[in-house]
Amino acid sequence: MSDTLAPAPDQPKAAGRSALRSLNFTPRFWVSIVLIVLVALFAFVGDMLYPYGSNQRVGSLFDEPTPQHILGTDNFGYDVVALLMASTRNSLYNGLLAGTIATFLGVFIGILAGYIGGWFEEFLMGVTNIVLAIPAIVVLILISVSIQGTNLQFLKGIIGMSLVIGFTSWPWTARSVRAQASSVATREHIDVAKLSGARTFGILLRDVLPYLASYVVMAWVLQVASAILAESTLSMLGLGPSGTASLGVELHWALAFNAVANRAWWAFLPPTAVLTIISFALLYLQSSLDEVFNPRLRRGKKKNLAKAAERRAEAARRLAAEIEAEVAP
Amino acid sequence: MWYLGALVVAVVLNFLLPRLVPGNPVDVIVSSMGSGGVSSGARQKIYEAYMQEFGLNQPLWQQFFSYLGNALHGNLGESFSYYPAPVSGLIGFALPWTLALQIPAILIGWIIGNVIGAIAAYKGGGWDKSVFTGALFLSSMPYYCLSILLLYGLAVGLKWFPVGGSYSLGLSPELTWSFLGDASHYYWLPFLSLVVINIGTQATGMRAMSIYELGSDYVNYSRSLGIGDAKMTRYIFGNAMLPQITGLALSLGTMVGGALVTELVFNYQGMGTLLFNAISSSDYPVIQAVTLIITLAVLLANYVVEVLYGFIDPRIRAAKTGES
Repeated sequence: MSDTLAPAPDQPKAAGRSALRSLNFTPRFWVSIVLIVLVALFAFVGDMLYPYGSNQRVGSLFDEPTPQHILGTDNFGYDVVALLMASTRNSLYNGLLAGTIATFLGVFIGILAGYIGGWFEEFLMGVTNIVLAIPAIVVLILISVSIQGTNLQFLKGIIGMSLVIGFTSWPWTARSVRAQASSVATREHIDVAKLSGARTFGILLRDVLPYLASYVVMAWVLQVASAILAESTLSMLGLGPSGTASLGVELHWALAFNAVANRAWWAFLPPTAVLTIISFALLYLQSSLDEVFNPRLRRGKKKNLAKAAERRAEAARRLAAEIEAEVAP
Repeated sequence: MWYLGALVVAVVLNFLLPRLVPGNPVDVIVSSMGSGGVSSGARQKIYEAYMQEFGLNQPLWQQFFSYLGNALHGNLGESFSYYPAPVSGLIGFALPWTLALQIPAILIGWIIGNVIGAIAAYKGGGWDKSVFTGALFLSSMPYYCLSILLLYGLAVGLKWFPVGGSYSLGLSPELTWSFLGDASHYYWLPFLSLVVINIGTQATGMRAMSIYELGSDYVNYSRSLGIGDAKMTRYIFGNAMLPQITGLALSLGTMVGGALVTELVFNYQGMGTLLFNAISSSDYPVIQAVTLIITLAVLLANYVVEVLYGFIDPRIRAAKTGES
């Protein structure tokens, strides 16, 4: 009996480790993280190391790749690698800003509606459903068309683009967050918090939000991915940010100058590849997080499951021994 | 019904947003046509005539109601850049091309994708893993990126297909076998790129639903009762199909707006190319008409899904009859 009690002192540490282990980060998770880090390194660090700037004209229309310019030049004579770094950076900025705005708005509206309920919920969800029913691309096209005609330089850049995308893509997050928040709102610990005199916002922040945290993280990843794609779709239609580079703008010009038919692969393949990698990595990350948070989707790894069951059995045995030891004397 | 509210909001947005732009499109037309020696007095007259023609000199609310009335009669105004071609004529030309591309692509992609997804979920193991990764890769890839790759690989590289366009130069669209044969040559590549993406999306969705059903209590219970495999698979996939059917209706609703950029990549003369040209020439009536049609299609599909769900989902059917 004293043998099983021996490891007791370091138990908290062991518990912490097994909590992390029980999160079960799959290879899928690591693959997507590595891809994202590589893209970010290329966009942010590569820029410092690469000798040419993205606004430096180094050649003419679709110069073929040379040892100095390993991916040649685009239709305006800019170095494709330098341009690609700037584009990737802008597209990432856009995705992060728009995705964060959309997630924040969605969570805020959803949690308020779900927790408070009543007419307030009906009103907020009415607005949400209306916005949700109108296709996002239509709203984006109309707003971008209007912005292009104005003199608001600020809104025409990449930040304006992110604001427009962020403020139009929150509804589906709001709807799913509301469903979850209203189920959390009926739980008992909320009553306890209310009785102990906590403020509404305190309750929302401390007692409701943590239960939604895993969902919010996944929704954020999806929002970032869809914002990057929305930007490139708009840019390819000719509604992109003016004066700055982005992956969509790069593709837009490549198509406008018939790069595909001219076999200028270096002008359109790199942005296509980066866009695909970013989008794939983010969605892969989201699906792996789904597996991390939602054990029902986990499958196949019988060995791990058996190990986990063994660990749990071991912990239970230890706990039983402890209780016994306390009760016995 | 939210759709009515959404419809009102969409129509108002559709009308209002392009009109907030300072400087009106008539300026654009007049300045583009009046570049050759027209006196400023004559130009002023032309300007006023156009303002009258497009109704831009009326107060905003009046413009809105005449817009609404005209739209209800199927009159979407005249294009600015192809004046006096009516917008409905341009749409009537572009829409069939888009529908001919999208309807077969969505239906075939849906069938193949669901079969693959169901098999992957049922078999599990390595097959499942490779199918899932492949399908996720395809469905997460921006759909026009695949289009670009296919265009470069199959048309420019291998020369199996013509590089862009909808039919050979010198032909005009008509319903003859020789024209259809020629157009089908151009049709394959955009079609292929849409089908592949649809297969990816449907397979990931079907796989997730099937896995969810496979792990649910009724399956375990039925298994413990010793119900045969054939019967079980019927139950499981019958249930997993429910959201897939609504997904089909929804993707049929989004088809007008779903392939805008694919058409652009292949230079295929559907709604996407029409919209692109309208955007680059600030042709607001055409932009408005395209966005209006996309919105109407999506709202209609949403409505149909809701009605359809009442029929095919026994739970909702039961809830409804229980209430009334």
